[in-house]
Amino acid sequence: MHSFGYRANALLAFSVTALAFICAIASLSDNFSNQNPSAEIQILNINRFKKQSYENDEVSLTLDITADLESLFTWNTKQVFAFVAAEYETPKNSLNQVSLWDAIIPDKEHAKFRIQTSNKYRFIDQGHNLRGKEFNLTLHWHVMPKTGKMFADKIVMPGYSLPDAYK
Amino acid sequence: MDWQGQKVVEQLMQILLVISGVVAVVVGYATESFRAMMLIYAGGVVLATLITVPNWPFYNHHPLKWLDPSEAEKHPKPQVVAKKRFSKK
Repeated sequence: MHSFGYRANALLAFSVTALAFICAIASLSDNFSNQNPSAEIQILNINRFKKQSYENDEVSLTLDITADLESLFTWNTKQVFAFVAAEYETPKNSLNQVSLWDAIIPDKEHAKFRIQTSNKYRFIDQGHNLRGKEFNLTLHWHVMPKTGKMFADKIVMPGYSLPDAYK
Repeated sequence: MDWQGQKVVEQLMQILLVISGVVAVVVGYATESFRAMMLIYAGGVVLATLITVPNWPFYNHHPLKWLDPSEAEKHPKPQVVAKKRFSKK
């Protein structure tokens, strides 16, 4: 500590170490927040349900998505990525996940929303397993913090089904 | 900066940074503002830099007292006395 340079170096090293501790504490504090998100999805209409020429089934839906993700936001949250996936079982695969819609929620003010939309990404099954298929719609979310650990969770909504015939 | 000043400056630096870090976390968590936490900590680092990095006169109140040259002459360095050594057979 005898010269200007040594003191500046010691201060920089100690302050960065303390900064790392501060960020770790901020990340740990996320574990103590109460999270009670809710979501509800209705299928308003099956717009199109057909067999593609190369033997894949494709569905076009109109979804009504209502969600309240406000409680996911803490002081350490940068943004939340949310997506809706259709999940179903086929003889070949025990779990198929097809992403239908997604959104980046930038802040708490936009975390409670209702949106009516047709599926943003195409709902295609690799095969022709979709006629009369029961499936879940699952709202997944990834909470992206400013520092520290990323959290992911989901709400599974079962009990949706597709018609028995193409249209 | 004298020895006493160096000891004080190191303790002062660590205490200032730890206090500003604790205050930053508490205020940031209480106001739910990550930005407030970072600004308070940055302010603490700047304050600690201003207080501890420059060589303020405050740190030079305990200068080392060296002996006068005349004092040194009264106590001459011990001289190496040549010893007779036995050679190895």
